[in-house]
Amino acid sequence: MKILVCISKSPDTTAKIAFTDGNSKFDENGVQYIVNPYDEWYALVRALELVEANGGTVTTITVGTAADDPTIRKALAIGANDAVRIDGQALDASYVAKQISEYAKDKNFDIIFTGKETINYNGAQVGGMIAENLNQPFISLATKLDINGETATLERDVQGGVEVVEVNTPFVISAAKGMAEQRIPNMRGIMAARTKPLNVVPAVDLENLTTVVSYSLPEAKEGCKYIDPENMDELVDLLHNQSKVI
Amino acid sequence: MSVLVFIEAKNKVSKAALEAVSYGSKIGSTTVITFGDISSDELAIVGEYGGEKVLIHRGINKSNDQQLTNLIHAAVESSGATIVVLSQDQTGKSIGPRVAAKLNAGHVSGAIDLPDTSNGFQVNTNVFSGKAMATVAVHSDKKVISILPNSISPEKTGGSTTIEEFDADLGEGKIVVKEMKTQGEGIPLPEAELVVSAGRGLKGPENWGIVEDLAKTLGATTACSRPVADIGWRPHHEHVGQTGIAIRPNLYIAAGISGAIQHLAGVNGSKVIVVINTDAEAPFFKAADYGVVGDAFEVLPRLNEAFKKFHNSQN
Ligand SMILES: Cc1cc2nc3c(=O)[nH]c(=O)nc-3n(C[C@H](O)[C@H](O)[C@H](O)COP(=O)(O)OP(=O)(O)OC[C@H]3O[C@@H](n4cnc5c(N)ncnc54)[C@H](O)[C@@H]3O)c2cc1C
Repeated sequence: MKILVCISKSPDTTAKIAFTDGNSKFDENGVQYIVNPYDEWYALVRALELVEANGGTVTTITVGTAADDPTIRKALAIGANDAVRIDGQALDASYVAKQISEYAKDKNFDIIFTGKETINYNGAQVGGMIAENLNQPFISLATKLDINGETATLERDVQGGVEVVEVNTPFVISAAKGMAEQRIPNMRGIMAARTKPLNVVPAVDLENLTTVVSYSLPEAKEGCKYIDPENMDELVDLLHNQSKVI
Repeated sequence: MSVLVFIEAKNKVSKAALEAVSYGSKIGSTTVITFGDISSDELAIVGEYGGEKVLIHRGINKSNDQQLTNLIHAAVESSGATIVVLSQDQTGKSIGPRVAAKLNAGHVSGAIDLPDTSNGFQVNTNVFSGKAMATVAVHSDKKVISILPNSISPEKTGGSTTIEEFDADLGEGKIVVKEMKTQGEGIPLPEAELVVSAGRGLKGPENWGIVEDLAKTLGATTACSRPVADIGWRPHHEHVGQTGIAIRPNLYIAAGISGAIQHLAGVNGSKVIVVINTDAEAPFFKAADYGVVGDAFEVLPRLNEAFKKFHNSQN
């Protein structure tokens, strides 16, 4: 089996969210980057499990600059065989998806994994776009994946429930919670990751279709009004008459 | 501007679908594309929210994302729409990006308000799991916008709609649906207007009765913090937060949840937040509109009684 896992970096979940340059850029000052949790915990780990059971290789792919290399090495430490970095700024989802599709189109991957979404842009776009570019089926929000020969059985979150579906390789999925359990890299993995191949390939010349022009932070709450725990009638009254939510 | 709105309508047109139709009609002349065997009577409501025409394709399987993409593409061609609008629900996440790639359209996912066309075409969307908002400029001629459920209140226009059967070559469906396991009758979490949520402070799964009772009285959907789902006290689909589901209900009641930054990320878009916690120092109070410093085991049943009394007084 040949599996490709798309890996993105995202700020640590406790990072302070602030902006610079007239609110047009994320303030990276003091921010630690991690592998986007959905890419790491669910996509990468399930890909590794499949290869451990069936043989094959797991390659990770990232569109980014040298600043992405530490998170790529982390993915290698968890167990991926090799990594590809397409050298360029990830301008928007369509740009990233086209770069990855361009790379993958003649390499016969059986499965391409993405995470459900990144925790910084929350776009949930790249997987579906790659699938369309490569004319493959896309199973979004997959929570379970088993494979038998060329046929995969998956569970996915849909409106109002969970769908069990069958699809033949090749296909693209976005992995959500339930797919696998997080793995902590061990010392051997970390050592091995230093010498695993990280192939940097040039980006193809493309234009992005969207640009973030500015960021803003939500307005702070006016402050909490405390209610006597004995007096829930007052709370109900406030929710009805003041907040008008019931 | 001509707009195509994609909706999924099983037996009834959902609120999320009406949000999308209403959103589209505020941008321009709106055609709606849908599929399945919903009756024309049920579909008529689309007209009241600004959908001028409905195109319906009968008999197609929704998990066939490629077929649905082809359907939307054919409807774009036939209606001449330059903007495609859909809901950022599970189906929207599966179809929206494909449609965008097929049309070579810029895609804004999770839009929270109407586009601003005073300077190009800009749309606001949630980023950093709700910790911030981004204004996204779309440069392409065609645009695909998926809107976050509960961001736009559907508004009646007093119009009506015509319904036309629509046929198109959809190609092969490569995904075979074997089984659908429904999650009960309740309103799905991302669309719920009222949510009752609980965390580790509830001490064990056997204590969730008081959470469910309150949710039942309110007609609310239940949610939980991540550790509670991880240890299996509650199902994964209830997990809200940065690594779970992001929600923006009108009312979010949180009992026995400390309010860690990763939890807040997924719920701070809620209009009103009520926090119930024994610890007056719990960080969640900083994000709350109403706070109750008290024991959830006493406060939740008391709140339930108060809501029942309120409902009786309303009848
Ligand atoms: C990468 C990462 C991602 C994460 N993503 C998420 C996420 O998406 N969602 C999420 O929720 N968490 C997430 N977390 C976990 C988060 O950091 C917190 O650990 C978690 O939210 C805490 O859950 P809790 O509030 O239920 O439990 P605790 O932090 O243990 O809090 C329990 C609370 O209950 C109160 N309490 C105790 N007894 C009572 C009582 N009888 N009545 C009332 N109150 C009582 C306590 O005072 C306390 O405040 C993430 C963490 C990491 C590192």
